[in-house]
Amino acid sequence: MSAVLEVRNLRLWYGTARGSVRAVDGVSLEIDAGSVLGLVGESGSGKSTLGRGILGLLPDGARADGEVLYKGRNLVGMSQRDLRRLRGPDLGLIFQEPMTRLNPLLRIEDHFRETLEQHESKLTDDAIRRRSLDTLGRMGIPPTRFRQYPHEFSGGMRQRIMIALALVLRPSLLVADEPTTSLDVIVEAQILRILADLKENFDTALLLITHNLGIVAEACDHVAVMYAGQIVEEGPSRDVFAEPKHPYTRELLRSTISLDTKELHSIPGAPPNLITPPSGCRFHPRCPDVMRVCPARDPIETRPAPDRRVLCWLHGPESEIPPGGDEPAERQKIAVAEEA
Amino acid sequence: MSANGEVLVSVRGLKTYYSIRGSFLDRLVGRTGAAVRAVDDVSLELKKGEVLGLVGESGSGKTTLGRTLLGLVPATEGSVEFEGKDITRLSEHDRRLMRQRMQIVFQDPHASLNPAMTVAQAVGHPLEIHGRASGREEIRMRVADVLERVGLSPVEQFMDKYPSDLSGGQKQRAVIARAIILNPVLLVADEPVSMLDMSVRAKILELMLSLKRDFDLTYLYITHDLATAKFFCDRIAIMYLGRIVEIGPSEAIYEDPKHPYTQALLRAIPEPDPRRTIPRDLPRGEVPDASRPPLGCSFHPRCPKAFEVCGWESRDLKELLERRWSGLSEEGFEAERAAAGPVEALDVPATHVKWQAHGGAHGGDLRGILDRARESDPAEPFWTGVRDVADANGALEVDWFDPVAPRLLPTGRVEVECHLYDDEALAEAAKRRESRIPR
Repeated sequence: MSAVLEVRNLRLWYGTARGSVRAVDGVSLEIDAGSVLGLVGESGSGKSTLGRGILGLLPDGARADGEVLYKGRNLVGMSQRDLRRLRGPDLGLIFQEPMTRLNPLLRIEDHFRETLEQHESKLTDDAIRRRSLDTLGRMGIPPTRFRQYPHEFSGGMRQRIMIALALVLRPSLLVADEPTTSLDVIVEAQILRILADLKENFDTALLLITHNLGIVAEACDHVAVMYAGQIVEEGPSRDVFAEPKHPYTRELLRSTISLDTKELHSIPGAPPNLITPPSGCRFHPRCPDVMRVCPARDPIETRPAPDRRVLCWLHGPESEIPPGGDEPAERQKIAVAEEA
Repeated sequence: MSANGEVLVSVRGLKTYYSIRGSFLDRLVGRTGAAVRAVDDVSLELKKGEVLGLVGESGSGKTTLGRTLLGLVPATEGSVEFEGKDITRLSEHDRRLMRQRMQIVFQDPHASLNPAMTVAQAVGHPLEIHGRASGREEIRMRVADVLERVGLSPVEQFMDKYPSDLSGGQKQRAVIARAIILNPVLLVADEPVSMLDMSVRAKILELMLSLKRDFDLTYLYITHDLATAKFFCDRIAIMYLGRIVEIGPSEAIYEDPKHPYTQALLRAIPEPDPRRTIPRDLPRGEVPDASRPPLGCSFHPRCPKAFEVCGWESRDLKELLERRWSGLSEEGFEAERAAAGPVEALDVPATHVKWQAHGGAHGGDLRGILDRARESDPAEPFWTGVRDVADANGALEVDWFDPVAPRLLPTGRVEVECHLYDDEALAEAAKRRESRIPR
């Protein structure tokens, strides 16, 4: 399969009064055409910044470095005008709060008209209506409601409308940032079903950003686990969940409360601030498997299997670990209250 | 988790309605507006020392029930007995005394702490309000004790911090400290962990469990999350649109859920197991408007197992048409809508409707739409509820069986409010199947 989007060594940072925040720090990713990649992490891991950064949607004052390659063009450093042209027909975005993204004064019909006229100015009124109704129908929104206003729809319906608005332009990649977080569990599953079926129905690749490992397991082909601005593990979700390589992935899985949970488990401490992250491996202060090399040297990405990668000294490379570096290190005591 | 059988809270026939203000004209002529039946005839008991989970989606009334229990929202009807006194009838003075015995922890720790108060001020505030401490020194000492107990130690490091200096988990610990400083017996916890990250949720739940043991607390745990409830609760009550549809011991509910709604909720939870995929046969739609609940069983429009007695009606026909049309080509849809007219005409809670044909069409054309809909999905439960369809002069009269109100009945180890487990309803349904006017 060919990659629809390639991210190479992307770094995103922005300045604050206390120093610059390195929200995304050397991330590389590939998303294959028509596949679903789950980007999972806790709040503050940089996952949302990464999602927006890929689309060039960063706040003023943020800086980017590295490459985001889409159809052979680097989006980093591209002019806002060119980016705007790509956003919509090529790269779509779905947000968490569907209500705040729809204009309360515009009918659903007008939202679609505006979107299509902006990007495909040659379409006739008739074609606009057809395309809109067809896309809405596939999302389960009946044509009888085409002329209604956003407030007349329930939360789940609004999210379906948002997805339809993104899909009506037939983008090759859709970035969905926590698209189901504010929805109830049954509606959430309905929406996830729609997103997981995108490749069959629209041939769209999806980057699904979430904090919920259950969603990744059930809806994503691949998963990338993010911690403190870095991808610490990546691979097919089936393999990563069956046999996590990074201690953070393993501990995150253990601390997820699911119907199979027999005992409660948690990761001590909290994710670090990204202004002065810990030295070496950023997870080392919380890691149960910490070794002497971990705080001393930045971990090097390795490939424990052909389609998997991990950023952890437990997996080598041996040649880079100084003598005695693989001996267990004393973990600093973390107070109960030092937590997220 | 010992529940020694002594009843702490007893709720009987509780109804909490919120009235919707009608228009100016309505008020002028003395017409009262509609009401949202947030809690609609709920009875339950909370035993001393137990954790009861109140589980439901947004709009199920679970939060309103929790607040009515505390007297924060006035009950419309029914009673809430707490330690033998009906709190719905207490004077303001007695209610204030009672409030020291029952406390609440809200979902959003950021919103439940005053940003201008330090942790020590916020946590000590209840002592001041209720005059339960003499002097600053005593308050500060008691605050220090309770902060230590909830894990915010070293205490000196936290006392003078403001909420904005704390992480989400730390804030929730402070909120819990404030809730237990008066030594309450009942704690209502309304989604206490759902705003927190996965890695912290377990810690807060563990803290709550250990506090329960140490202080002999009773919890009402309100949540939409069946996974944390499974771990945390002795008993579970499932709510849907203001009513308890299933209640029983946790093991029974999770091992063998009875109500189709409970079954759907359990299947919809995304599990961190990649061998599972998102189910395709989930209930359609969303929780309906509680000011215009469906007839019969409120869950029937979404229920995959609904049948003759569940309360089928005109609004279900409207939804059936809309579902059908979202899958048709534009021509197909336009042709059918031209004959069907505006579907809003069907948007009434009625078991009989005279569906007017439009644009020169006849009743027979409307019947044609129904026949095609039925052909495309013969297993749709809607059709079990239709008693008769008759042409009437440019209209189609559709007649449904009368709704039967579901009853909360003991079934195995649980109580469930569903006709599938009610022999009388099953017998009535069989009778109706026989009597249906043949097409």
